[in-house]
Amino acid sequence: MAADTTAPGLPLAESDPDRPPASLQIRAWLARRTESVAIPLGAVAAGFLIFSLFLVALGKSPLAFLDLVWRGGFGSPFALQNSLQRAAPLLFAALCVALPARLGLVVIGGEGAIVLGGVAAAAAAQPLQGLSPLLAVPLMALAAAAAGAAWIGAVGALRAYRGVNETIASLLMSYIALALSNHLIEGWLRDPASLNKPSTAPIGEAFMVGALPGLDVHWGLGIGVLACLAAYALTERTTIGFAARIAGGNLRAAQIQGLPVGRLVVSFTALGGACAALAGFFEVAAVHGNANASLNAGFGYTGILVAFLARHNPLAILPVAFLLGGIEASSGLIQRRMQLPDATVLVLEGLLFLVVLVSETLYGRFKPFSPHLWAEKRGAVS
Amino acid sequence: MSDDLGLTTVLLAVIGGAIRVSTPFLFVSLGETITERSGRINLGLEGTLVFGAMSAYATAVMTGSPWAGVAVAGLAGGAFGGLHGFICRFPRVNDVAIGIALMLFGSGLAFFLGKPFIQPSAPPLPAIPFGFWSDLPQVQAALRVNVLFLAGAALALFLWWAFRNTKAGLIVRVVGDSAEAARAMGYDVDRVRLLATATGGVLAGIGGAYLSLYYPGSWNEGISSGQGLMAVALVIFARWNPLACFGAALLFGGAGALGPALQSVGISQGYYLFYAAPYVLTLALLIATSSPDRALTGAPGELSLK
Repeated sequence: MAADTTAPGLPLAESDPDRPPASLQIRAWLARRTESVAIPLGAVAAGFLIFSLFLVALGKSPLAFLDLVWRGGFGSPFALQNSLQRAAPLLFAALCVALPARLGLVVIGGEGAIVLGGVAAAAAAQPLQGLSPLLAVPLMALAAAAAGAAWIGAVGALRAYRGVNETIASLLMSYIALALSNHLIEGWLRDPASLNKPSTAPIGEAFMVGALPGLDVHWGLGIGVLACLAAYALTERTTIGFAARIAGGNLRAAQIQGLPVGRLVVSFTALGGACAALAGFFEVAAVHGNANASLNAGFGYTGILVAFLARHNPLAILPVAFLLGGIEASSGLIQRRMQLPDATVLVLEGLLFLVVLVSETLYGRFKPFSPHLWAEKRGAVS
Repeated sequence: MSDDLGLTTVLLAVIGGAIRVSTPFLFVSLGETITERSGRINLGLEGTLVFGAMSAYATAVMTGSPWAGVAVAGLAGGAFGGLHGFICRFPRVNDVAIGIALMLFGSGLAFFLGKPFIQPSAPPLPAIPFGFWSDLPQVQAALRVNVLFLAGAALALFLWWAFRNTKAGLIVRVVGDSAEAARAMGYDVDRVRLLATATGGVLAGIGGAYLSLYYPGSWNEGISSGQGLMAVALVIFARWNPLACFGAALLFGGAGALGPALQSVGISQGYYLFYAAPYVLTLALLIATSSPDRALTGAPGELSLK
């Protein structure tokens, strides 16, 4: 749905007599790269500015707020580890948005895939009891990924073969996944010993995923970073990723070229769903030790924001997830010190989301960033 | 629960529930119909619904008047819709994405401002007891119809007529079907869409007021849980026809009432699955009414809904 909005590329013809000199081409490339960093950064700054006005209107100090975000999210080794821990599920959740976005699809049902993945992992742990963790833990992850892939892949299949709007369908599927997970957690999979907070049976100490070496952050962060790198390689460095981008840019052209658009849509949505479900797997296997209502913590929704802030670039997801992980990590401190409700972070995130989307309109408008505006004086660049 | 009484109770509760639960669906879907007829889609109505519920409840608590709450919810909804309409006039800004952002922003702001109002209780909106002739309390309960439901039904009829027979209705349709044709006729496309989206927001805000001031009749953070979004899907199913929206809203209301109705007769097994019934129904209807190779019949030409 959302067409790729990057600036037009350089002409590719090798024998073009009007081809601009190499130095100009490098400058043009640099300018576009700078633009795609400067505009989102400016938008985030603008978002913080509007939020500051909101705080001033409430009689609170924006500087105190920023200070608490720094101290709660980034200022100490403890805060940094807390932020990284929260960034881990956001990496996976953002990939669930960013991968389908390559095909121009807006998928917002990651929350359901996360919860379903967690429940699938916890359910898979039961028949695997007694097995070596080296075998059982990957099988649990696989069960989670399969559940998520089937769930979001189904949204892709409905889109590709039935023309069902994927944005609405994915959110509906998310609500259905939440209901199904609640049903399983409070029914078939419920541990009779969990009285006040219905939960599945614990997966057992042996199956718990530990921390990264030298850190107090679980392996979800490491695998999440690897997943983002792999997603970048897939979308930017392979023919499949290239085909997906063509289909996202111009569906009809892709079909005329004979690209398997339907299979691409199903694969990318399924891959995104598998990623989101891995976030649920790590929440169960590295944090909670069983599946319960805490799985539904809103990572899927924050992941949407992360992906849009990163403009669906898997590499850019890394710093953005870290930033938002830090903001969310400081939420408790902000509540206690400034007497603000826990939804404060939601207001800030909503504002950032809006401002970043509005900033899309600024691309190609600033002369230093826009080679096509230089062309008025020099030779044609693009 | 093996006797007939159980079944009758459930049936009555579903019929009553269809009337009771359908009102927010009706208002949001009528609002979204106006917006989509002008060529834009606003997924943010979910957030508007939640914000409307919060602002109506807070106003009713503070002033003691539920109708003041409805008015404030409508105004707040109009502001959210107006914001969507204003932002989307900029080039390369995607209306679907803005809708998602407004969905998160609207709910976030409602949770933020609504924290102090979760405890106090607000005066409810009045209802008319159409079930006075019956001695059965179930029948009486089922036929207690809220004023806003009747207003919504009248509005559906009016919009159906207005889209065909008034100048404003025709302008909205022209803008939605072909922006170029509308521009050639001298209409300001962006302004028409701004007004259509703001009007849609007003109606969604009123739908939210119904949620918090009548049924379920309290304010909490889970009050909507996707009803605004289902209403948007319902518009597609209703083919952008206000009268069909009314029928579809009743159907959705019945599906939404199924879970609580079964629980009221003591069937709590699979409660969560029945709770999912409206979502499953919405998805099934979306699948049934979509088509892979031809455009949706009756869809406004400018709509970016593929």
